[in-house]
Amino acid sequence: MDPLAKKKRRIALGCEGSANKLGIGIILHEGAIGSPTATATVLSNIRHTFVSPPGTGFLPKDTAHHHRTLFARLAKQALADAALGIADVDCICYTRGPGMGAPLGAVAVAARTLALLWGRPLVGVNHCVGHIEMGRAITGADHPVVLYVSGGNSQVIAYAEQRYRIFGETLDIAVGNCLDRFARTLAISNDPAPGYNIEQLAKRGGRVLLDLPYAVKGMDCSFSGILTRAEELAAQMKANGGKGPDGEPFTPADLCFSLQETVFAMLVEITERAMAHVGSNQVLIVGGVGCNERLQEMMGLMAADRGGSVFATDERFCIDNGIMIAHAGLLAYETGFRTPIEESTCTQRFRTDEVLVKWRK
Amino acid sequence: MAAAETQFPPPKVLTYPAATPPMLITQGAEGRLYKTTHLVPTRPCALKYRPPKPYRHPILDARLTKARLASEAKVLERCWREGVPVPAVYAMDPAAGWMMMEWIEGIPVRAGINAWLGERPEDGTEAPVVDDTPLVDLMKGIGTAVGALHRTGVVHGDLTTSNMMLRPREAGQANGDVGDEKNAKGKAVEGDVVLIDFGLATQSMSDEDRAVDLYVLERAFASTHPRAERLFTILLDSYGKTFKKAPSVLAKLEDVRMRGRKRSMLG
Ligand SMILES: Nc1ncnc2c1ncn2[C@@H]1O[C@H](COP(=O)(O)OP(=O)(O)O)[C@@H](O)[C@H]1O
Ligand SMILES: [Mg+2]
Repeated sequence: MDPLAKKKRRIALGCEGSANKLGIGIILHEGAIGSPTATATVLSNIRHTFVSPPGTGFLPKDTAHHHRTLFARLAKQALADAALGIADVDCICYTRGPGMGAPLGAVAVAARTLALLWGRPLVGVNHCVGHIEMGRAITGADHPVVLYVSGGNSQVIAYAEQRYRIFGETLDIAVGNCLDRFARTLAISNDPAPGYNIEQLAKRGGRVLLDLPYAVKGMDCSFSGILTRAEELAAQMKANGGKGPDGEPFTPADLCFSLQETVFAMLVEITERAMAHVGSNQVLIVGGVGCNERLQEMMGLMAADRGGSVFATDERFCIDNGIMIAHAGLLAYETGFRTPIEESTCTQRFRTDEVLVKWRK
Repeated sequence: MAAAETQFPPPKVLTYPAATPPMLITQGAEGRLYKTTHLVPTRPCALKYRPPKPYRHPILDARLTKARLASEAKVLERCWREGVPVPAVYAMDPAAGWMMMEWIEGIPVRAGINAWLGERPEDGTEAPVVDDTPLVDLMKGIGTAVGALHRTGVVHGDLTTSNMMLRPREAGQANGDVGDEKNAKGKAVEGDVVLIDFGLATQSMSDEDRAVDLYVLERAFASTHPRAERLFTILLDSYGKTFKKAPSVLAKLEDVRMRGRKRSMLG
């Protein structure tokens, strides 16, 4: 019999660095593998974000440097927080993709080093699946439709027959990318995150709703036209104060408000369509944009209307983190999955539906 | 979904004294669908009501609802005139958010396919004895219906197997003995395909738009009926025969797929 199957406590260390956050987390799984009574406990979850100056985005090279510089410190801290020694860790999990090449590579090298140094198996994890599994574990949402919204992704996902299937997605840029780039246009601070600052600014707007191109195609949507129009309006505003639908001037706050109302309405709409399609009334929001309280509120109103509910997590789990990689990696590890060192590559493109979800029925 | 009947207040148009009490059939993505009658109690009709969405900004909501219902009715009328299998429009009030149309008997194609697949062996391993003919016929029927739609210059915008009905054929039209077992099994996917739900439809003759329409259907099909995915090519083949430009749409579909796969997936 597989000795692993007899182990009551299984511990994984997860390393995430697909974008500008470096995260290391340690998770503990207890109980029989695959049993409904098995539990997951967060032992530590540390993150450090590379913040670029207002008006700029994070470049791959600088971001990779950030991750390389801080990795050892975060890994030690994660062990110390969990009060664990190297011997307690069963496997090392890392993000294989998707994400930015250079930062992904930096963290993959570091994870490989730990695996060799400590003599532990490696498990490569799909970043999106990490978000989904962590969201399910934290919220207890059992079979939700998932809206995954981040700087690089916007997808509506539902599980069927051992895969997370993508029902809808953006046809061009991700919603987070749209928000981040608009923040740059207005030179809004990137600290702690551009999306967060847009959200705060939007709270002060709302006297006018500016007309932005609402672009939904079935369960897919598109954001680049909206971004272009919002940037035009921002330029107009700078030049002559701008003119709203009734000729009134508008402010950056109104622009942020209108942008959020429009793009979030689109996301809620495609999520609702997927829910109607698969006959589910649970929604789980994951990914960095999922922290946005207005998005959560709108999703909640939609779900309530359908007699269901929305599940969301706070920034510890929504924003990229190491614990989700540890958790999803450990789930795969428990089914026997390993990533041999010589195959422990990373990849910028790695679709959510490529992963065989062996740990679910 | 009978329990839902009392859960929502119906739109005002359904509160007038009428011969037939409205019945809430589904709460779809966009809104609710009631079964009632139009003008005479013997003429069943579907009333599609798009209530205000509480999550959406009221200005945006009003704008979208009105524009979509008006365009849905316009597109349906055009399709109906040109012989595309769609429900006929009876009456509408876009500002109030409702439209009345012909009632289509039968079940959504999604339900039919699932019922059919439900009788098949699990895990996709093919038992050679199973005869796929009824499902193959349905795939052809879908391809033909979508082809007819595109030929008239309309793209649907939300092609899924939920947005197609499977209308039972008139009794007697079905061939073979109605009683025999094989026939009863085939029933799940037997019937004429009727396209519904034109809320996101647009008028377009471009290969690109048509190909995206097919791509949306292909992905919806693969995610909804993973076990029947391999039959999708049959649908495309029959689509390819429906109008002159169909083959070039299929060529374009290849590009659209490539783009889909290549689309940046940064975390
Ligand atoms: N004309 C019709 N006749 C009978 N049933 C219909 C008709 N139109 C819609 N339905 C049923 O109602 C459901 C929802 O309708 P649909 O037009 O797709 O609305 P939504 O925009 O909410 O998806 C369909 O899946 C179908 O089961
Ligand atoms: Mg529909």
